[in-house]
Amino acid sequence: MMSKLELKEDKMLEVQFVGDDDVLNHILDREGGAKLKKERAQLLVNTKKIIKKPEYDLEEDDQEVLKDQNYVEVLGQDIQESLKNGSAADGGNKVYSFQNRKHSEKMAKLASELAKTPRKNVSVNLKNDPEIMINIPQCSKGHSASDKVQVKNNDKSEFLSTAPSGIRKRLIVPRSHSDSESEYSASNSEDDEGVAQEYEEDTNEVILSQKIPSQNRVVSAPVCKGTPSKKMKRDKTSDLVEEYFEAHSSSKVLTSDRTLQKLKRAKLDQQTLRNLLSKVSPSFSAELKQLNQQYEQLFHKWMLQLRLGFNIVLFGLGSKRDLLERFRTTVLQDSIHVVINGFFPGISVKSILNSITEEVLDHMGTFRSVLDQLDWIVNKFKEDSSLELFLLIHNLDSQMLRGDKSQQIIGQLSSLRNIYLIASIDHLNAPLMWDHAKQSLYNWLWYETTTYSPYTEETSYENSLLVKQSGSLPLSSLTHVLRSLTPNARGIFRLLIKYQLDNQDNPSYIGLSFQDFYQQCREAFLVNSDLTLRAQLTEFRDHKLIRTKKVRLLLQIICQEYLISCLVKDKYAFESTLGNK
Amino acid sequence: MATSSVSKGCFVFKPNFKKRKISVPVEDYFNKGKNESEDSKLRFETYQLIWQQMKSETEQLQEELNKNLFNSLIEFLQQSYSGFHKNSRDWGCQIKLREIPTAALILGVNVTDHDLTFRSLTEALQNNVTPYVVSLQAKDCPDMKHFLQKLVSKLMNCCVDEESKEESIQVTQKKTFCSMDSLSSWYMSVTQKTDPKLPRKKRTSSSQWQSPPVVLILKDLESFTTKVLQDFIIISSQHLHEFPLILIFGIATSPIIIHRLLPHAVSSLLCIELFQSLSCKEHLTTVLDKLLLTTQFPFKLSEKVLQILTNIFLYHDFSIQNFIKGLQLSLLEHFYSQPLSVLCCNLSEAKRRINFLSENQCENIRRLPSFRRHVEKQASEKQVALLTNERFLKIRELYCTCLEKNIWDSEEYASALQLLRMLAKDELMTILQKCFKVFKSSSEKQLGSTAKRIEEFLAQFQSLDEAKEEEDTSGLQSKGLQKTDLYHLQKSLLEMKELRRTSKKQTRFEALREKVVNFIDSLVREYLLPPETQPLHEVMYFSAAHTLRAHLNAAPRIALHTALNNPYYYLKNEALKSEEGCIPNVAPDICIAYKLHLECSRLINLVDWSEAFATVVTAAEKMDANSITSEERNEIIHARFIRAVSELELLGFIKPTKQKTDHVARLTWGGC
Repeated sequence: MMSKLELKEDKMLEVQFVGDDDVLNHILDREGGAKLKKERAQLLVNTKKIIKKPEYDLEEDDQEVLKDQNYVEVLGQDIQESLKNGSAADGGNKVYSFQNRKHSEKMAKLASELAKTPRKNVSVNLKNDPEIMINIPQCSKGHSASDKVQVKNNDKSEFLSTAPSGIRKRLIVPRSHSDSESEYSASNSEDDEGVAQEYEEDTNEVILSQKIPSQNRVVSAPVCKGTPSKKMKRDKTSDLVEEYFEAHSSSKVLTSDRTLQKLKRAKLDQQTLRNLLSKVSPSFSAELKQLNQQYEQLFHKWMLQLRLGFNIVLFGLGSKRDLLERFRTTVLQDSIHVVINGFFPGISVKSILNSITEEVLDHMGTFRSVLDQLDWIVNKFKEDSSLELFLLIHNLDSQMLRGDKSQQIIGQLSSLRNIYLIASIDHLNAPLMWDHAKQSLYNWLWYETTTYSPYTEETSYENSLLVKQSGSLPLSSLTHVLRSLTPNARGIFRLLIKYQLDNQDNPSYIGLSFQDFYQQCREAFLVNSDLTLRAQLTEFRDHKLIRTKKVRLLLQIICQEYLISCLVKDKYAFESTLGNK
Repeated sequence: MATSSVSKGCFVFKPNFKKRKISVPVEDYFNKGKNESEDSKLRFETYQLIWQQMKSETEQLQEELNKNLFNSLIEFLQQSYSGFHKNSRDWGCQIKLREIPTAALILGVNVTDHDLTFRSLTEALQNNVTPYVVSLQAKDCPDMKHFLQKLVSKLMNCCVDEESKEESIQVTQKKTFCSMDSLSSWYMSVTQKTDPKLPRKKRTSSSQWQSPPVVLILKDLESFTTKVLQDFIIISSQHLHEFPLILIFGIATSPIIIHRLLPHAVSSLLCIELFQSLSCKEHLTTVLDKLLLTTQFPFKLSEKVLQILTNIFLYHDFSIQNFIKGLQLSLLEHFYSQPLSVLCCNLSEAKRRINFLSENQCENIRRLPSFRRHVEKQASEKQVALLTNERFLKIRELYCTCLEKNIWDSEEYASALQLLRMLAKDELMTILQKCFKVFKSSSEKQLGSTAKRIEEFLAQFQSLDEAKEEEDTSGLQSKGLQKTDLYHLQKSLLEMKELRRTSKKQTRFEALREKVVNFIDSLVREYLLPPETQPLHEVMYFSAAHTLRAHLNAAPRIALHTALNNPYYYLKNEALKSEEGCIPNVAPDICIAYKLHLECSRLINLVDWSEAFATVVTAAEKMDANSITSEERNEIIHARFIRAVSELELLGFIKPTKQKTDHVARLTWGGC
C-alpha cells in the first residue's frame, strides 16, 4: 500500500517537475541567462533524484550510470562538478557552489533575522518570541504548500486548458515582478541591519521594517525560488578565491556585542548538561536504528577485509563510538584487541605503544625512544606470524594524534600484516593528515557510517565551548602534588596563591618578586635561607604549578593562571586543598 | 570492561589463552556475510587463487620493467668502482678519485611505488655489486649526527647477518660515537677480516673485488636538508680514498633539484649520471595488458570500473600500487557479492563446475538481468525451454565464456576506425599482418574464415604494390601526399582541389583500403560487442563501480555536508523532506545549528546564535502544555544548543576565539 501511494505521489511530482522546469525556462529566457538556465535545471534534476531514490531500485542503477558518466567526463576539469558527483552527493551538490548560498536559505535567514531583531530588551522579548517564531514553520509549510498549488495550476494550464504559452508567460511576469520587489526589500532590510548594528538603540523601527518583508515573503514564497538566479548572475564572477577574500578581507567583522553574561543561563557544567540532555527524547529513533542495523551487517565484511590486508576507516556525521563498540563486542571477543580513545586528552602515541609492548606483548623493559619501541614491536610481529592484534581507534584525527609523527607511527603499525586497524575520523579536514606515503601505509578502505548519534563521550572532556570548566582535573592533580609536599612547602605555595588572589583584579600585576616572596616566607618561618626557597620553587616549576619570568632583572614568580581560576571558581576545592594546614 | 575512563585512553583486551587458540579462519568471514550460499568456500578459494596469480604476475612485471634500469645502474656502479682500483697515476683518474660517483634516479611523482623499486634495487645490488647497500630516508636524518648514526648502524647490520648476535649488540652500543674516521677504520677492518673468508661465501660475484664499495641510497632527496647533504658530501669526499662510497639519489621531481639543493662547490664533488625509470603511465599500460586484456585471468572489469580506477590513477596519485589495490578490492567485491562468480575461473574448470551447478545456482542465473534480456529476445517456445531446461542453460553459459575472449577494446573502437582510414598503405599492411597472426594463433573455429579473408587482402595489397610502383614513376604529387601521414591535414586545406584531382585517379589502393576498413568494421561489429550486451556477463565482469569509488576515493567532506544539509538523505523520514536549501525545523539539532551558522561571516556571536537556535527549535516542538515549565524548557533547549555547538567544534566548523567576547570563529567559508 505504502509503496503504491508513494508511487502515485511520485508521479505527481514528476508532472510537477516538468511544469517547474518549463516555468523556469520562461523566466530565465526572459532574463536571458542561457547558461544559468542549464545550471538551474540541473539543480532541479538533483532534487528530483533525492526524492526518487528510495523507491526505485532499477532506476537507481540508471542514475548511477549517469552519475558515473558525469564523474568520468568531468573529473579533473571542473572541481565543482566532480565533487557534486561524489559518493553520497546528491544533496552535496552545493558544497562548493556559492551562487545562491546565503539568500536561498530563507528559513535560516529568517530565523537569524528574527533572532537579531529583539536586540536590547532580551528578557522581555523572550516571552514574545514564540509568537514571532510561529511564523517560521508557517513560512516553510506555506511555502511548500503554495508551491504545490502553484505548480498544479501550472499543470492545469498545460494539460487541461491548453493555454498558449503566451498566457503562461503573462502569468509569470507579474509573479517575478512581485518577487523582485520582495527581494529588494529584503536586501533593504539587510542594509538596515548593518546600520542598526552600530546603533543598537533604535531597535523598534528595525523590528517593524523587518517584519514586513518577512511577511511579504510568506506570501510570495513560491517565487522566491527564482530569485537566486538573479543573485547568481550578479555573483557569477565570484569564485572560490574571491569568496575567501570576501570573508577574510575586512578586518572588522560586524556582529552584535551581546554577551552571554547578560543571559541568565550562560555556561553549564558537564553534569548539569548531561542531566538536561537526558530529558530530551531522541527523535527519529526508528530511522537511526535502521541506519545502525545497516552498518552492523557490514561487520563480517569488515573482518574479511581487515584480514585480507586492508584497514578500515569510518567517516560521516555522528559518533561512531557505539558502532565500533558493537563491532568489538560482536566479532572481536576472541581476539586480542586494543581500544584507543583518541579523544582522550592525555592520549599519545607513546601510551599506545606502551600498552602494546607492556600489556599485549608482556614486555617489561624500557625503550630509549618511540622509534626504538616501534622497531621492536615491528620486529616482534614480523617474527611471530601467529600473533594478531586488532587496533580500534576512536577519533584518529583528534588533537593529540593528528600530528605528522603520530600518524606516521600509527601508519607503520597498521601496515604490518598481522596488525589490523579500524578507525574513525570526524574532523572536516581529517583526510589532510595523510599524504600519499601515509595513505599507502594505511591502505584504507573508506566506509561511510553516518549515525547522527551525539558525540557525548567525545566532547565530555571539558575542552568544549560553552561548557563551564569545572576544573576538577587540574585540581585533583594539584591536590596530589600538594599531598606529597612537606607542610612548609605547602605553606609557601599557599602564600603565593593568597598573594595572587589578592591581586586578582589588578591588571598590572606581574607576579611576586623573589625578594618579597623570600621576605614573606621568612616572616612566616617557612624558610631560613633563600637557597631553600629556590629549591622549593624549582620543584613547583617542575610540577608546572608556577612559572617565572624576569622583569627588570627581578625574578617574578607567578602561579599558573588556570589553577587560580579553578580555585576561584570552586570554593570548596579551595578549602580542601589549601585551607587545612 | 568499559572503554571510557577519565584517567586513560588505551584499553587492552586479551581473551584467555584457550579461547585465543582457535583463531577464526578468514573464509568464515567470507561465508558469514549476508549473501550466504552454498559454494562460498569455493568462491573464496577461487578468489585467493586468482589474486595470488595476479599478484605474482604484477611482481614479475615490475621486475621485468625495472630490469633495464637496474642493469644500466649496475653497469655504472661497476665502472665507477673500477676507477677506485686502477690506481693509475693518470691525472684524469686522480681528479676522478676526488669525485663521488653518483647515480641520480628519476622515479616520478608516484612516491608510493618507490619503496618497491628501492627494495628490489637493493636486492639486485646486493646480489651483483656489493653487500654494503644502505638506504636512508630524510626523516631519519634531521642532522649530521643522526645521519651518521643511522648510516653506521645500518651498514654494520648489513654484514652482521651471518655473524654472531653478540656483535650486533655491540653495534647498538657503539651508536653513540661515530664519525667518518671511525667509519673508514671500521671499513678497513671489515674488508680485511672478511677477505680470507670471501671464497666461502655465496656472493661469488662480489668476491672479484677485494674491497667492495659502499652504496648509499638516499630515497627521497628532495626532503633532505641542504646542510646535512652538503656536509656529508664534503666530508665523505675527503675520505673517499679509504672509504669507497657510491651515492644513489632517488628523485621524484626533476634533476634540477640537485643543483638547487647543492651549491656548485659541493655538486662539483659529485660525478653525477642520470637514470630515468619507466614512466608510470607506461607501467600502467603494461599492467593492464598483462592483467586485464588477456585470457589468462577470467576476471574482467567493466568499463565504468576501469575508468574509475584509471581516473584515480591519472588524476590523484599515479600510483601503480593503488591501482593494484583497487583491482584487489574489485576482485574481492566480485566474489563476495556475486554468487555466480563461482564460474569465474578458467574455461575447463568452469565447464567442470557447471556440471555441478545446483538448482539454486541455476535459479540465480535465471535472475540475472542480462540473462532475462537474452531470453526475451528469443522466440516464445524457446523461452520456456531456456527457463526450464537446465541442460540448455549450461550450453549458453559455455557460449558466453567462449565469447569473452574477443570483447575487450570496443570502447576506443570508433577512433581507431578513423585512424585506420587515414593510415598509409604500408602501415596498413603491417597491421593486417599482425591481425592475421593474432587470428591464426587464436585458432577459433569461427575466426578461421576471417583469417582467410585477411590473407586475401594481403595478397591484393601485394599485387597493388607492383601496380603502384609504375604509378609512382609517373610522379603524381597528389599520390605522394596521400601516402604521408599528413594526408588528413592536407585534405582539409586543399579540400576542393584535392577532391577534383584524386577523384579522377581514385586509385585502386584507395578502393581497396576502403574495402578493408569496411571489412574490419563489420568484423569488429560482429565480434567485439560491448560485454554488457552479452548474456551472463555478470559472471566475469565486475561492474559495481559505485561501491568501488565509495571505498577507494571517498568524499568525507561531502558526506558530512550532506548529512548536515539534507538529513532526509540518511533518515528516510517524511518529516524531513524539504526543498533544496531549506531544512525542516524538526531536523536534528546539529543540522539546525549548522544551517544557522552558514548565515554568518567570520565571527559568530554565540548569543545570537543560541537565540536563533531556540527560535527554530521551539517552533518545532509540540509542547505538552503543562508538563514542564517554560524555564525548564528553555534550559533544555540551551543544553541542546551547547551540545550542537560543541559537536560542530569537534567537526572543525568553528573554533573558540578571543577576538571578541562570546564569539566563535567560523573555519569554513562560502556554502560549506
